[in-house]
Order: sequence, then structure tokens, then C-alpha cells
Amino acid sequence: MSLLELKNVSKIYGELKALDNVNIHVDQGEWVAIMGPSGSGKSTMMNIIGCMDKPTKGEVLLDGVDISKESSKHLTDIRRDKIGLVFQQFHMVNYLTAVENVMVSQYYHSLPDEKEALEALGRVGLRERARHLPSQLSGGEQQRVCVARALINHPELILADEPTGNLDEANENIVLDLFAQLHKEGTTLIVVTHDPEVAEAAQRTIVLEHGRVAREVINENFGK
Amino acid sequence: MSIFSLSRKNLTRKPGRAAVLTLLIAFLSLAVFGGSVVVLSLRQGLASLEARLGADIIVVPSSAQSKVSFQNMFLQGTTGAFYMDVSSLDRALEVEGVEKAAPQTFLASLKADCCSIKIQVIGIDPAADFTVQPWIARSYSRELGDMDVAVGCKVEAEVGEIIRIYDQRCKVVARLEATGTGLDTAVYCNMDTMRALLAAAEEKGISHKITSDSEDSISAIYIKVQDGYDIDAVNSRLNGHIRKATAVRTRSMITGVSDSLAGISRTVTLLIAAVWALAFIILLLAFVLIIRERTREFAVLRLLGTSRRMLGRMVLLESALCSLLGGVIGIGVAALAVFPFSTLIETSLNLPYLRPALGVILLLAAGTLALAVIIGALASAGAAWRLSRVDPGTALREEN
Repeated sequence: MSLLELKNVSKIYGELKALDNVNIHVDQGEWVAIMGPSGSGKSTMMNIIGCMDKPTKGEVLLDGVDISKESSKHLTDIRRDKIGLVFQQFHMVNYLTAVENVMVSQYYHSLPDEKEALEALGRVGLRERARHLPSQLSGGEQQRVCVARALINHPELILADEPTGNLDEANENIVLDLFAQLHKEGTTLIVVTHDPEVAEAAQRTIVLEHGRVAREVINENFGK
Repeated sequence: MSIFSLSRKNLTRKPGRAAVLTLLIAFLSLAVFGGSVVVLSLRQGLASLEARLGADIIVVPSSAQSKVSFQNMFLQGTTGAFYMDVSSLDRALEVEGVEKAAPQTFLASLKADCCSIKIQVIGIDPAADFTVQPWIARSYSRELGDMDVAVGCKVEAEVGEIIRIYDQRCKVVARLEATGTGLDTAVYCNMDTMRALLAAAEEKGISHKITSDSEDSISAIYIKVQDGYDIDAVNSRLNGHIRKATAVRTRSMITGVSDSLAGISRTVTLLIAAVWALAFIILLLAFVLIIRERTREFAVLRLLGTSRRMLGRMVLLESALCSLLGGVIGIGVAALAVFPFSTLIETSLNLPYLRPALGVILLLAAGTLALAVIIGALASAGAAWRLSRVDPGTALREEN
């Protein structure tokens, strides 16, 4: 069953076609990597799927709802209720501790629950670092807090933009293991990356070039 | 976790930024509250002075020093003693348009063994007086008896205490309400007591240049003009009718005080306006810097699902918290600077100074706090609007 479907989606900035008539679909529980060189349209696609931007034309169906026509306020609600975001630059709120960064996501979604937030941090191996500020955490630790923050509200889709781009190999493996666990639990993952090794961890890779889908690759070794 | 706790955490974990905003507001509040209290106290002092003089015209001996000495008694609380013959009172009553004429006699005590304190003693005639009696009546319902005195609020003597003036034992029967004028350092007695004190002073060899006999000496006559009569005309008639005395309109006596007060009020108001304008501009600049600093943070919060309205509220709440804290600090510092040193302020300004009632001060403090919050909200409104309009995708892309 399809969770996300892009139908003839284009995003045009003046003369530039950042996305040009893109058609993709992502099934519920699927782990998909989106690859491509700089300027291929990865970030534009991430912003549209993440309800941070709207396409110039085409339809974006998320859980059966066309989000391309929604108001900015409604897009905020959809993003908060259905999507967990992970970024290359982490984007933690720098005056909040690790656990508070997780709880702030709960606050805007439902009700903050410190116990649940601590459990989420425990899940990414950071229970002991819960009271630390971002400046007291390593890059890998910050990214794991962001994963905990993304999964705390049990989103239907986790959308990660270059999640291992600023991490060393050890932390990269930790984050990919976390994604594998989430995938096993049925969470849908879309990971935007330019790193082939990260892409190989996914079930399927969609390669973008010049704003178009150049090819799709099924990972035959997935799960082995 | 709530908007309030997010705002509080932001402020406590960014203490430098919060401190700058708070100090600016504190500075504003200090200027407004402190300046307003001083100006109000001066106005109150002037009103009190007018009320205490309470006459349309005052007649004093025509010697060059007596008018100045009289003014200094009211304004600075210095002692003075000048006399004219009691017949001047009868002459004053003969003048057309004079409704009431009340004599007062002054005596300065000494800083010597014969006197407990150096003080201005003012003798009044309870039967004729219409200026001091109403004031005394607020603290003492009976008439002043022989050797009874009512003391001004700054005189160091309690009710029931005996004070010695030229070795005469006088009983303190009342402490009077503050007037903010030099009269707060004076003591009041009836004319019989005053005659006894004058006689005692003469026995001690203290020359007060009394005209003839201390029994017949007075220092000033307070005149109330009948309704329908022109005060200036009555004043002229008094000057022509009483020998060796000068009639002065009360208003002209306090014109100098009033002019000084107007000047000080203007200066303080301008100062407050300048401080507010300057601080408002600095606050605006501070919030512009905050917009640049916090764009990424607000983009992240937008991504996590915060609505624009909530972000706007967060900025306004932070500004309100800083403003409230700054307001309280400013008012507190101003209170510490103005209230304990009111005597010093009074002395250095050389003007009547009477602290407003507690209710007025509390209202002023509440008004200053409200102003602080409003100015903080106005200065941060632009930032709140700009930050709430942050497009998260664009902001984070630009950040990267």
C-alpha cells in the first residue's frame, strides 16, 4: 500500500526546473534512498515531501491526501503529525538539553512526557546524556538525539536529509542500525543521500539527475 | 514543557542576551519611576506649601531681611526671628477687603544648654488662626494649652515628651503630618506660651530685636481677603495703611518656587523622554540582532510543528518576562535611591518636597511596569512578526 506518491511533480524557480515531472511512489514500511549529485533536485524533493515547500505543479499524495494543495498552516499540522525529520546539520535547539529537545517535539504534537522522551533517548543509546546541552554532545550524539526526536511521536514517515553527512564511520553505522530497527518495526523511511553506502542500506534507491528520476535500483542484498 | 518554560529556558540559558534586555528596561524604568517620584514629590511639596501658607496676603516687617528670612523658614527650615508691633494687626483689620487677619510670632531656640533642640518656634492665636489650626486638628483635636506644643514631623520629640526652650518646659501634645516644607522642623504653641518663651529668651540675654515689649510683638500677619475683592488692590491698601510692614501676595512668595519646580519638571520630563527614545532604539536594534541570531532556532521549531502564532507569542512572552524583571529592578533601584535620600534631594534642590501617598507610589510603580512591558512588546513586535514568518525550508537551506 502506497504511503507517498508523487504524480507529475515539477518545481520551477524562474527558468530553473529543480524538479521536472517526477513520478515516484513509496510503500508503507518501505526504506527508500534518494540519491543524486548536487543540483539534481534531492533537497527540493525532500522539502516538498516534508511539507516545507509546495510543487509548482503535480500532486503529492501522503497517506492518500494531496498535500500540494494544502495551506501553510495545514502543512505544519501534517508535518507535525505524520513526519519525523532528521537533518545533516542536526538542527537541535541549542538552549535545550537532549531530553528537552525530544520533549519539545512531543509538546507541539501532543503532551510532553519526560519518561517517554528518556526511553526514546535510551533507544538511541543516550539515556545517560539526556541532561546535556547540544554543545556538550558530539556530532554523532546530536544526530542520535535528532533520531530520537524524529521517532518520539511515532510518525508514519521518517524523512532524513544526509543524516550521516557529518558523522564518522562508527556513528554512521549506529544511525543506520537505528534506521534498520525502525524499518523492522514498520516505519517508512526516506533517506536523501549522496553516499552509495548509505543508499545500499535501503531497500530501493531512486536516482535523480537534472530534476528527473534517472533510474530506480532495487537492493538485492537488503536484509541479508 | 510549555511556551512559558521554553521562553524561560531560552532566557536563563542565554543569560547575556537576557541581561542586556533586562538592564535596558531596568534603566528605562529607573528613569521613569525615579524621575516621576521626584517631580510628584516636588509638586506635592508646592501644593502643601500653598496649603500651609493658606492666606492670600502675608504681612511681614519691612526690614530687608524679614521677607527672605520668612521664605527660608518655609523652604529650608532655617530659623528666623523678626518682629513688628501688634498694632499692625489692628491696622490690617481696618483695611477694606480684609476678611481675616491671623498673627504669628516667631522665635528661634538655641543649640545650647537652655534648649533641647535648635528649632523654629511659631506662636499662633487659636482664636484668629485659619491656616495652622486645620493642620494641627488632623493630629490633635483639642486646642493648644499653655506650655503645650505641637511639633513638625521632623522634630525629634515624641508625644508626651517634655522639651526645654530657654529653660521653659514645654509638653509635646501632637506630632503634625508631613508638609514637605521647612515647617516640618518647627514647633507650634499658643500666644501665651510664646510670650512666656520670648520673656525667657530675653532673660537669657537673647536679643530678638523686639520692637517694644515682647507682649506686643508679632512676626507675621496672615490675611484672607473677602470674596469679591481684588487681592492686589487689598495688598496695595495694606502696604499704604501699615507702617514699617510689607504686605506680600502669597502667590508671589511661591512664584520662585513654582518657577524652579516647572524648570525641574521640564528637565526631568525631557530626560525621561530622551532615555526612553534612546532605549527604545537600542531595544529595536537588539531585537534585529536577535532575529538574525534566532532564525535557525525558529525554523527548527516550525519544522517540529510550532505554529506561527505560537512563535510570535514566544518572542512576546520572552520580551514581557525581561520587561517585568527589568521593570521591577528599575523601580527597586529607583526606590532605594529616591526614598531614603529624600532629605538630601530636598536640601540640594532647595524646594519643598513631599513624598506622595503610598497608593500613588504603588500606582506609579504599576504604571511604570505596564509601560516597561508595553515598550518591550512594541520593540519586540517586529521581531515576533519576522520570526513567526520564517520559512523553515529556506531558512535552514540558507543556514547550511
